[in-house]
Amino acid sequence: MVASSENESRRTTVRKASEREVIVTRTFDAPARLVFEAWSRPELFRKWWVPRSLGMTLRSCEMDVRTGGTYRLVFGDDPANPMAFFGRYLEVVPNARIVWTNEESGEAGSVTTVTLEERDGRTLLVMSELYPTKEALDEAGTGAQEAMHETFGQLDELLAGRSAH
Amino acid sequence: MVQHYSAHVNASFAALADATRRGVLDQLARGDASITDLADKFEMTLTGMKKHDGVLELAGLVTTEKIGRVRTCRIGPSRLEREMAWIARYRQVWDARFEALDGVIDELKREEQARGRKQRK
Repeated sequence: MVASSENESRRTTVRKASEREVIVTRTFDAPARLVFEAWSRPELFRKWWVPRSLGMTLRSCEMDVRTGGTYRLVFGDDPANPMAFFGRYLEVVPNARIVWTNEESGEAGSVTTVTLEERDGRTLLVMSELYPTKEALDEAGTGAQEAMHETFGQLDELLAGRSAH
Repeated sequence: MVQHYSAHVNASFAALADATRRGVLDQLARGDASITDLADKFEMTLTGMKKHDGVLELAGLVTTEKIGRVRTCRIGPSRLEREMAWIARYRQVWDARFEALDGVIDELKREEQARGRKQRK
């Protein structure tokens, strides 16, 4: 299922590649090295990762963007109740690819892969988030409570079943 | 798990194969209704409507709740709706981030251009 047309530029598309994987795409009007720079320098990264509309405050941001490096983001208005996101960079290829783990959820943590493809001065960004289980993915998008009550579905499978017949 | 899956698919097919049940779903999409209301609207007995409702409920397309003596039916949270809500939420977050990222990249571009002008001088 695709949320929007992939032909439109500067449109964010989101689709599920499988029960465990989400793929997000977006085109940027800039060469890949600038997109990579904005993603790998903490002082730039913190400017866009937490836009105001998300209603969160980024208290600290430490990143060592190279293969084997780690990162740690701490959120929250209340210093007594911080929310930390952390993990490791499994693979970093400058201007082309960043792969990292999301370890704050323990076993349910996903692996995120960002690839940058430059064409005619523009860059297509493809981001994949691969979760260990379907349940972990459901939880990531809809909040834990709803996901707990998730049951196996109907219409989606129905449509899939129909096209298979 | 596969069995669980296909049981649901079969239940959904069975539920939607009947014109009355499709009509009931259509009606409930416009608002909740009691079994009695539905029976009146589709000109059938209470027992008949209860049967249809049971099939829809089994397929997860409809949920019912009994308050006092009235059983109210509403559209169930179908897989498709939940899926769409999930994707919309996910997209909202990334769309907001990428829009902000455009801003950061524009800044970098301006800096580069400024450096380029200096170098040419």
